[in-house]
Amino acid sequence: MSHEAVMHAHAAVGHEEHHGHHHHESFISKYIFSQDHKMISKQFLFTGIVWAILGGLMSVLFRLQLGYPNETFPILEDLLGKWAKGGKIQPEFYYALVTMHGTVLVFFVLTAGLSGTFSNLLIPLQCGARDMASPFLNMLSYWFFFAASIVMISSFFVETGAASGGWTSYPPLSAIGDFSEGSKAGMDCWLISMALFIVSSLLGGLNYIATILNMRTKGLSMTKLPLTIWAFFFTAVLGVLSFPVLLSGAILLLFDRHLGTSFYLSDVFVSKTQTALPNEGGSAILYQHLFWFLGHPEVYIILLPAMGMASEIISTNSRKPIFGYMAMVGSLFAICILAFLVWAHHMFVTGLNPFLGAAFVLLTLLIAVPSAIKVFNWLTTLWKGNIRFTPAMLFAIGFVSLFISGGLTGIYLGNSALDYQLHDTYFVVAHFHIVMGVASMFGMFAGIYHWFPKMYGRYLNHTLGYIHFWVTMIGAYMIFWPMHYQGLAGAPRRYYDISNWHFLKGFDGLNQFISTVALIVFATQILFVFNYFFSMFRGRKLKNPNPWGSNTLEWTTPINPGHGNWPGEIPEVHRWAYDYSKDGREFIPQTEPIGAGESGHH
Amino acid sequence: MSGFFVLATILLIYLVIFQIAKASEYVGVLKGEEVMRKQSNRINGFLLISFLVLGLVGVWYTNHLYAGKTLFAHESASVEGENFDSMFMWTLVITGVVFFITQILLFWFAFRYQEKEGQKAVHFAHSNKLELIWTAVPAIAMTVLVVIGLRNWFHVTKEAPADSVVVEITGKQFNWIYRYPGKDKVLGKTYFKNISDKNNNPLGQIWEDKANNDDIIESSEMHIPVGIPCKLVINSRDVVHDVGLNHFRMKMDAVPGIPTSLWFTPKFTTKQMREKMNDPEFNYEISCDQMCGPGHFSMRGVIVVDEPTEYKIWLATRKPNYWTAFPEKDPTKQAPATADTTAKKTADVKVVTENKTAKK
Repeated sequence: MSHEAVMHAHAAVGHEEHHGHHHHESFISKYIFSQDHKMISKQFLFTGIVWAILGGLMSVLFRLQLGYPNETFPILEDLLGKWAKGGKIQPEFYYALVTMHGTVLVFFVLTAGLSGTFSNLLIPLQCGARDMASPFLNMLSYWFFFAASIVMISSFFVETGAASGGWTSYPPLSAIGDFSEGSKAGMDCWLISMALFIVSSLLGGLNYIATILNMRTKGLSMTKLPLTIWAFFFTAVLGVLSFPVLLSGAILLLFDRHLGTSFYLSDVFVSKTQTALPNEGGSAILYQHLFWFLGHPEVYIILLPAMGMASEIISTNSRKPIFGYMAMVGSLFAICILAFLVWAHHMFVTGLNPFLGAAFVLLTLLIAVPSAIKVFNWLTTLWKGNIRFTPAMLFAIGFVSLFISGGLTGIYLGNSALDYQLHDTYFVVAHFHIVMGVASMFGMFAGIYHWFPKMYGRYLNHTLGYIHFWVTMIGAYMIFWPMHYQGLAGAPRRYYDISNWHFLKGFDGLNQFISTVALIVFATQILFVFNYFFSMFRGRKLKNPNPWGSNTLEWTTPINPGHGNWPGEIPEVHRWAYDYSKDGREFIPQTEPIGAGESGHH
Repeated sequence: MSGFFVLATILLIYLVIFQIAKASEYVGVLKGEEVMRKQSNRINGFLLISFLVLGLVGVWYTNHLYAGKTLFAHESASVEGENFDSMFMWTLVITGVVFFITQILLFWFAFRYQEKEGQKAVHFAHSNKLELIWTAVPAIAMTVLVVIGLRNWFHVTKEAPADSVVVEITGKQFNWIYRYPGKDKVLGKTYFKNISDKNNNPLGQIWEDKANNDDIIESSEMHIPVGIPCKLVINSRDVVHDVGLNHFRMKMDAVPGIPTSLWFTPKFTTKQMREKMNDPEFNYEISCDQMCGPGHFSMRGVIVVDEPTEYKIWLATRKPNYWTAFPEKDPTKQAPATADTTAKKTADVKVVTENKTAKK
């Protein structure tokens, strides 16, 4: 009781503050150093979009080299100088592109751009809160991300180029400048940028957890939360517990690079200078453990928000309750726990103790169970629905399709006896791009199409949305499906040129095909970006504050909510988020009290 | 100039698509949102089911084009790799069934239950029975795969048989160095601070350790005999590399300071493989599978699998690295007269003929 009273008092104060605040907002406090979660979410999304274009462009560049290894593109030399001498991308630059593509897409786009955007936008709105628990820390979270972005991007402009040891940056390659140009100043930028990024991620994550646990509106018990919020919650927990480990890994690597410590170094001889390094007793494998202790939860940090949003969007547009709500929450929880216990499946071939490997096989394949539950529950949600194919819904269906395709290949790689051969081949590239990269990207697109009306009070152009979806869906499969075959032929990852290898003969045509499709898909993403910015200002205006006929709280705010979200009292919640097509009604918002004659309710 | 035209064409395409999209939105406003939504719903429903059908055709076609280029077109070249092939096929069957069922259901449900006049969605929120089924079935399937997997895993990772041929392979940017233990069958001790390419000591052999005196170092190819288990002791001189043996279906990282190993029994000599694959240029290639620097893609090694007698002859003609490092210790070079060298040569030929007779 007293808790609720406090909440109300707080809400009332928040409301007054909001009115007092509104009139004094300057450009800087409203658009730059904003503490409004909705503006911060847009800042994350903007920065994420810029990074996605850059990261995508990097992949286009290195796909040019892979698809057309014998051709030269003089324009590249004009643009990139020594990195594309004679119009041909140089190996050092190729590896910098590959490294930065991975880093940027994994961390800056699919972590900050995805969970930063939607956790910020939806947690207060769907929990019925005026803002985050700490709007100030929330603002800092964005600006640390911004600083990380600046440092990362500047690494392309240092003389020796950006980091080029792969997105995992394994030492000793990443520790010693003599091993690669990218391991010089570029690597320091990478490490510093990652450290800043981790701070950003922790500030954000702690805020998300605090808000979800403490600031839900009256009546909104945890089991009445939409699955989006559950997903963001587990995502934040994963991040808060695992990112610090990566931070320690990065700091120790900085020590090894500059302070002469030997955490990761032992028995290293530099051929170039013909000198043996003094370091002894370190372990290169230690870094891999520290890296993957974040690295594996990281893929779920990327995937869980997409799962949550897909669940919400599929249910809303099928006009059906999500099937097996508690099982969906339970499987998110199970994935969250297991995510911490499987990291060494990235290290089956590092000389890991086979017995330890066996334990990781068991735990890894266990993840297939909650994943299967989720897939079957999504399918059952579609079954006997009355489905509306909004662009968001199409992307959510695409997400499920990709999650199945990519998830199943995980069963191969998680089984060490198969990984013994498949490790670090294109099979792995195909697997994680489909299940984590493209699938999560689809989740993000679904979220953008679905909640754009909430962000700007306007719709995205649907025709462009449909074109965007279909080209991306078909393109994604055309790019990544055949890569499985390259992997099964043994093609290793991160090869700049395969012409020297006899066992890889016969894939030139395929590489060209993949590169061409990648180019088309990239061009289509530009169309989406254009749609986004055009619709922000000129899109069709929203007339109905609840355009998708959805139950959740964010649609009870005005079309363009101010800072504080609800002009009056925060609405009270009486039911779960999924009363669709119940008792002859298409949807029943969460704010509606349970009727007297209503059939069994959640 | 052509670049300009490409750019202009792309811009034009963007413009056309954008105009169409804009126009369709106006039409939507005129016709009414409801009508427009239903129309696009029908189109997308149709596209979803078409995507399923064409996608399945695509799956077949990709397989048709590329299955023959994968490793599975030819059987494993090692005894231990046979398990990999059969296990892969079992996993393919299980995941394949799930793949087809779930993808077909996904797109079929989407198509079948698209919004229609008079159709009402069913309020169906959960069913313990169904959820129990699809928790239990994947759990059982995973148990089967884990059991098969671990059995194979413990098989490939167990200690190499005592009679294995032992070869040390050391990665460096960007090639491989092979070392044979010589007659004493013991690899001499090494220390990385002794490494010196100039002094012909690329692995840092400790010369005080007499076991090093007969160790042979090769940098062009690794030779191993067919039908005899072969254990590779894997090292790195600088960064993390990976010994990728595609035809033998295995790989293992090379980590500086932490030796690793793998073992396998080759089933076919290089010559037999060439005939088998009808490819006179075939070689067992060692690919570096762990990002190791700008030359990663060129870090190629070759394994030549010989008949055991050929292997013995090859090994017998190699000189210990000790002699290369200390030419004055080389007995063949110490010999003052030419007559002696000739004698040595004849002796070598004798060894060859003896081996051949032994085989017969």
